[in-house]
Amino acid sequence: MAHTIKRLSVEEGLFAVFLTALAFACLAIAAKAVDGVMAFHATVGLIFSALGVFLIFNAYFKRPADVDETGYNLGPIKFASVAAMFWGIAGFLVGDIIAWQLTFPALNFDLEWTSFGRLRPLHTSAVIFAFGGNVLLATSFYVVQRTCHARLPGRVSPWFIILGYNAFIVIAGTGYLFGATQGKEYAEPEWYADLWLTIVWVAYLLVFLGTLWKRREPHIYVANWFYLAFIVTIAMLHLGNNISIPVSIYGIKSYQLFSGVQDALVQWWYGHNAVGFFLTAGFLAIMYYFIPKRADRPVYSYRLSIVHFWALIFLYIWAGPHHLHYTALPDWAQTLGMTFSIILWMPSWGGMINGLMTLSGAWDKLRTDPVLRMMVVSVAFYGMSTFEGPLMSVKAVNSLSHYTDWTIGHVHSGALGWVGYISFGALYCLIPWLWNRKKLYSDRLVEWHFWISTLGIVLYITSMWVSGIMQGLMWRAYDKLGFLEYSFIESVEAMHPFYMIRALGGLLFVLGSLIMAYNLWMTIKVGEKAEVDAADPSLVPAE
Amino acid sequence: MSEHNKEMDHITGVETTGHEWDGLKELNNPLPRWWLWTFYITVIWAIGYWVAYPAWPLVSDYTKGMLGHSSRAEGQAAYNQLLAARLEKGAGLKDASVEEILGNDELRTFAIAQGSAAFGDNCAACHGSGAAGTTDYPNLVDDDWLWGGTIDAIHETLRVGIRSGHEDERTNDMTAFGRDEILEKEDIITVTNYVMSLSGMQTDEGADLEAGKVLFEENCTSCHGEDAKGLQDLGAPNLTDAIWLYGGDRAAIIESITNGRKGVMPSWEKRLDPVTVKSLAVYVHTRGGGR
Repeated sequence: MAHTIKRLSVEEGLFAVFLTALAFACLAIAAKAVDGVMAFHATVGLIFSALGVFLIFNAYFKRPADVDETGYNLGPIKFASVAAMFWGIAGFLVGDIIAWQLTFPALNFDLEWTSFGRLRPLHTSAVIFAFGGNVLLATSFYVVQRTCHARLPGRVSPWFIILGYNAFIVIAGTGYLFGATQGKEYAEPEWYADLWLTIVWVAYLLVFLGTLWKRREPHIYVANWFYLAFIVTIAMLHLGNNISIPVSIYGIKSYQLFSGVQDALVQWWYGHNAVGFFLTAGFLAIMYYFIPKRADRPVYSYRLSIVHFWALIFLYIWAGPHHLHYTALPDWAQTLGMTFSIILWMPSWGGMINGLMTLSGAWDKLRTDPVLRMMVVSVAFYGMSTFEGPLMSVKAVNSLSHYTDWTIGHVHSGALGWVGYISFGALYCLIPWLWNRKKLYSDRLVEWHFWISTLGIVLYITSMWVSGIMQGLMWRAYDKLGFLEYSFIESVEAMHPFYMIRALGGLLFVLGSLIMAYNLWMTIKVGEKAEVDAADPSLVPAE
Repeated sequence: MSEHNKEMDHITGVETTGHEWDGLKELNNPLPRWWLWTFYITVIWAIGYWVAYPAWPLVSDYTKGMLGHSSRAEGQAAYNQLLAARLEKGAGLKDASVEEILGNDELRTFAIAQGSAAFGDNCAACHGSGAAGTTDYPNLVDDDWLWGGTIDAIHETLRVGIRSGHEDERTNDMTAFGRDEILEKEDIITVTNYVMSLSGMQTDEGADLEAGKVLFEENCTSCHGEDAKGLQDLGAPNLTDAIWLYGGDRAAIIESITNGRKGVMPSWEKRLDPVTVKSLAVYVHTRGGGR
C-alpha cells in the first residue's frame, strides 16, 4: 500500500460522540443532584466518560494509518483477567469479613458503611458480577475468537465493554457502601447503574454475535452456545427484573413497577436464572473449552452436549419459584418451580458427565497437573450442587432447609467449588497464553492453592450443613404440650461455633486466592517466553 | 458435517464427529442410558405430580389437581390442630386466676411450658433468654422487684406495661434533678455519695454524708422511703442493696439523678391472648424470685 490517510473510523467517532454526550449529561445531573450519592456517581460517570473520550483519541493519535488488525484482540482480555483477580480477592475478603461479623457482631463497628447489611451485597456482587463477570468476559472473548478463528469486531467496542462493565462494578459497589440499593437480591444497583449496564450488555451481545458471524469455521463450538445463552438470557433477566421508575433523574431512588408477590416472583425468576445463566451456563462454556484443551482430549459426547444444552436452557427458566415455597405465591407456581427443578437434575448433570468423561484416557494427568485437577474438582462440585439444588427444591425438604444456613452452604459449594475453581483453572491457563509464557511461574504454588482452598471449602460447606439442619430442626421443635422448644435467639447461639468454622474456611479460601494472585503476577513478570504468539491466528482453520 | 474428517480416537475406540475448533474435537458417544432414563423418570414423576397437585395456570384459574391440595389450607389446619390441642390441655387456664394456676400442678406445668415459649419470642430480646436481664433491663430471676413480685403484681405489670401508653400503665417519675435545675451539680455529687454510702460503697474522700442525708430527705424519701428501701407501689427501687438497674457506679448514679430514668416495658394485653399473659406471669414468677 503506497499511502493511507489516517481517518477516525465510524465506530471511534460514534463512541466519542456518545461518551461526550454522556459526560455532559453526567455533568448536568451532578450539578442538580438531589442527594449526595447521585452527585458522587454522576461525577464518577463524568470522569469515566471523559476518560473514555481521551482513550479513544489517544489511541487514534498513536496508531498508524493502516493499523494491523489481523491477529486476535487480546488487550481487553488481559485487562479483564487482571480485573477478575483483583475483584475476586476483594470479594472473597469482604465475604470473610461478613462471616466474622456474623460470628462476632461487634465487628460491624457500629458504622453504617461497615454494617453487614451494606457489606453483604458488596460481597455477593463483587464475587458474582465483578469476579465472575470479568472471568466470563475474558474467557468468552478469548474462546469465541479462537474457536471462530476470527478477531473480535470493532476497535473500541471490546474495550468499551470491558471498561464499561468495570465502571458499572465501581458504581454499584460504592453505591452499596453509601446505602444506594433497590433492595432486590443480586440486583441491588439503582436505576442509573442498571441503564448503564444495559448499554454495555447490548454492546457485548453485538460484539459476540459479530465474532460468530465472521467465523471461519463451519460450525459453532459448544462453548459459544453456552456463552450466547448466557449473554442473551442475562439481558432478558436484567431488563425484566429492573423495571422501575426513578423518583427524579437527579436522584438515586426508584420504585419497582411490580409489588407484593408479583415482585417476589419476578425477583426470583431473575435470581434463580442469574444462577442458571450467569453462574451455570457461562461457566459451563468455560468448562467446555478449558477442560478438553488442558486435558488434550476430545469432548466426551457431542450428542450429550446438544441435548443437555437445550434441556438446560429450556428448563432452568422455570425453576425460580422454588425460592418462594410456602409463601403467598400460589400453589400452582410453587409446584411448577419444584417439578421443573427436579427435571433439571439430569440436564445439569449432562454438563458434569461431559466434563468428567472428557478425562477418559487422561486421568493420570490429574496427578501431575494441579490446574486440570482444580477444574475437574470444580466439575465434581458442580455435580454435587446440582443434585443438592433439586433436592432442596422439594417442598418437604425445603420446609426444613428454607431460611437456614443450609442454603448458604449450598450456594457456596456451587460458588467456591464450581464457579471459583473453574475460574481459577481458566485463569491459570489463560494468563500464560495471553502473555506468551511457556508455563506458570510455579506449579507447586498451584498445589498449595488447591489444597488450602479445598480445605477451606470443605470446612465452609460442612459447617453450614450441620448448622443449617440444626437451625431448621430447632425452629420446628415442639415440646409435648405443643409449644416451641427453642426461642430464635437460642438457635442463633447454637450456630456460633459453626459460624466460626465457616469464617475459618473462608479465610483459607482467601489465602488460596492470594497465593494464586502472586503466582499469576510472577508468571507475567518473570515467566519464560513461549515461541508461539497467542495473538497469531495463522493456525490453519479446520474446514 | 464434514464426514471425511471423522477419525477414530485410539484411546477410547470411539469415532469423532469430524468437527474441529482450535484443536478441540468431539467424540460421537451416545447419550448415557442411565442418564436418559433418569431424565425420563423425572419427567414422568413431574407429570404425575401435576395431575395430583395444583400445577398449571389457566386463563382465570389454575388446574387444582386430583388431591385437592392447598398448602395454605393445610398450614391453617395444622395450626388450628395445634391450637385445639393446646386449648384442650390448657383448658383450665382460661377461667383460673394466676394464683390458682400457680397452686395447681397440672395447670402450672402447662403455664410454664407456654410461658417459656412466649418468653423466648417476646421477652428475651430485653430480659435475656435466661431472664437474668442486663443493664437497663431488670433481672427477673432474683427476688428484687420494682413493682412487686407477687404473682398478681407480675401479672398486672405484664398486662399494663410500664410507661406503655396503656390506660392503666404503671408509671412513676424519677425526676431529672440536674436537667430540670432542681439541684446544683455539687449537690448531686453530695447526694450521690450519700446514696453510695447506703449500700456500703466506697464514697469520695471527704464527702459530706450529713449534707447528703439532708438533701436525700428533702428530695428522695417521698418515693424511695425514709429508709431508702424503695416503695413497690410507686415502682421506686431499693437503694440500700447491691442491685442497680441502670448500673451502680458513681457515674451511673449521677446520671440517674441528673437526667432521671424512664424505662419502658410494653403492655402485653393487646399483643397476646389473656391465657398467654397468665402463663408468662407464672413462668416469670417461678424463675426463682416470685414472692
